[in-house]
Amino acid sequence: MAKRFNIRMAGVGGQGVVTGSHILSTAVINAGGESTIVPFYGSEKRMAPVESYVRVSDEAIYEIGEITFPHIIIIFHPQVITHGKSYTMPFYFGLKEDGIALINNDGPMKLHRDQAAELQERRAKLYYFPATKISLDVAGMDLATNMALMGCIGAITGLTDMNGLEQAVKDRFLGKGFVVSGGTAALDSVVERKFKKKQELIEKNVAVMRAGWNYAVDNGWTSPDVKRAEEPAAAATA
Amino acid sequence: MSETEVKTNPQGDPITSVAAPSSAAKKDPHAEAKRQKVVTPEYLFHEAPRTKEFITGSEAAKEAVRRSNVDLAIAYPITPQSETMQLVGVLYGEGYVKEYYRGEEEVGVMAAIAGGSRSGVRCYTATAGPGTLRGLEGIASWPGHRLPVVAMFTCRVVNAPLAIQPDNIEVSYLLNCGMIVFHAENQQDMFDFTMAGFTISEKNDVTLPVGVCCDGFFVTHARGYVRMQDRGFKLPPREAWRGAVPVLDAENPPARLSRDAPVQKSNFMAYNIHAVWQQEVWAAVERSRKYIERYMGGLLTAENVDDAEVIIIASGSAAAQSREAVRLCKEKGMKVGLIKVRSLRPFPTKELRELCAKAKLIVVPEFNYVGWLAKEVATAIYGFSKAKIIGGPRVYGGQSMPVELIVDEVESGVSGKKSTNVAMSQIMGGAVNPEEVEQFMRSI
Repeated sequence: MAKRFNIRMAGVGGQGVVTGSHILSTAVINAGGESTIVPFYGSEKRMAPVESYVRVSDEAIYEIGEITFPHIIIIFHPQVITHGKSYTMPFYFGLKEDGIALINNDGPMKLHRDQAAELQERRAKLYYFPATKISLDVAGMDLATNMALMGCIGAITGLTDMNGLEQAVKDRFLGKGFVVSGGTAALDSVVERKFKKKQELIEKNVAVMRAGWNYAVDNGWTSPDVKRAEEPAAAATA
Repeated sequence: MSETEVKTNPQGDPITSVAAPSSAAKKDPHAEAKRQKVVTPEYLFHEAPRTKEFITGSEAAKEAVRRSNVDLAIAYPITPQSETMQLVGVLYGEGYVKEYYRGEEEVGVMAAIAGGSRSGVRCYTATAGPGTLRGLEGIASWPGHRLPVVAMFTCRVVNAPLAIQPDNIEVSYLLNCGMIVFHAENQQDMFDFTMAGFTISEKNDVTLPVGVCCDGFFVTHARGYVRMQDRGFKLPPREAWRGAVPVLDAENPPARLSRDAPVQKSNFMAYNIHAVWQQEVWAAVERSRKYIERYMGGLLTAENVDDAEVIIIASGSAAAQSREAVRLCKEKGMKVGLIKVRSLRPFPTKELRELCAKAKLIVVPEFNYVGWLAKEVATAIYGFSKAKIIGGPRVYGGQSMPVELIVDEVESGVSGKKSTNVAMSQIMGGAVNPEEVEQFMRSI
């Protein structure tokens, strides 16, 4: 049967939700799969709600529009849950049975009793993943939070590999790539200044991604055929 | 999938995705256009090798116009619009379109397109949503004047309050104009239908305008794979001198718009002539069937319908959503067929009667409130199929159509249980339980 994941990513402005979804999408296509994305946001400012819908598959995708019933939800920022910073409320609305919620938080969050019960009812798997912490530890800054999450989700879906992800990061920052908006372009230049050199930026981002990938493998969130990615990205498994 | 992919339209802002003017400033900007070679429609549509590109629907329409030997394109940038006419303006700069200008508004654009077509040249325009309705007076007069034209309608919301996302209710206004109407599912259809449209509209026994509709935004602003012939090929030019209707002789005034005056007189003869005229317009719509079959491969496409008891019938973006619904149903162990209606005028009545003869359930998902396709389908197969017809799910005002809603309608139709979405759907058809319908009417 075809492997197919409809992913809803929810975060706040400045975290690179849309950039992250472009990178995952490109990475899946780089690895021979199919993918489409639909970004959704209002005002382009920091901490404003942003959603992006990504479909990844190993066969043709015909569906269009926003994703109402996702297989996977990625929460980029705990405030999406605690402050309701999202176009979709509650954060797990429409999650399919046996679906996955990947939440960027240092540990399990205390959810409202009703919400926890509803999540349990649909047998949701809650994966708490310290993406920002990993970004800080590995790259020395929180701006690579999205990279950690994309590495992690790349491993969970099993539809790409570290080579595909690394190439997608290079496409994004070296190629004539896709500019989402003026705000994103401005943020790109800030990110580039902070990393001094583009090469350093790419290496750090890929290192964060690899850490995210390995975190997923180590915690048993992936299918058994997905293996840890070792230091030189070239040795990554398919 | 083994074809090579070329990138003539690099990703990014459509304005900058035009080939940058080369450093050799003296070079003729029209050089490439001048080298284009005329080939037969048969070769272009069926034989010419194609390469795959990942482009937006607007770019697909542009590429179709590039290969269609268009003489005149007139733009009006109604909001919401697609980038199509802006991109066609780029083609004018490159010499692929001979004349191009921006109209003052749609009434003017549609009138000017009529004048262009009447003078014997190949015309193209595109509009959307409120622009379609503003231009509708002119558009509805094209078929009666027997004007070959291709117009693209990138459907948006037409009702107040305005929205920019798709809702294809404007198609229902076009269906009764007497023009040929195609509904594109994706970027590839935009490309193919536009080029076939020029060829079909200029056939002497057709001589009618062709409207190529798509669900705006989803198709025009999103990218998809489009297989295209080499841009060095183009369709033969319009040969109005051997057309069915004499062209306007603008060089020998006074030019007469109508050869036979009685059409404009108010007496019984005039009504009769007008009635005959309308009959002839719709007969011409019927005569276009053979060309739609020849150049587009049929008025509809059918997949897995042979022994399917459940058939989804859809057009435009709803067909794309339905493909996924068929896949989800298969995973649940349900065998569901899919019919995609490509041509709404002429409507594939005969084909649907044959394909739906044994069906027990027909589901018609749509991107509009009124359900014009479900009504067309029910009318076409009445007396030829006992299927229960569920007109739904319906989304409108720019909503997306979750595939799960279509699956829900299929499951409820098969099991007889009330679908969770029933308020947005209609039950029609021969074998419908009247009590069920009554219950449905009460519950909405």
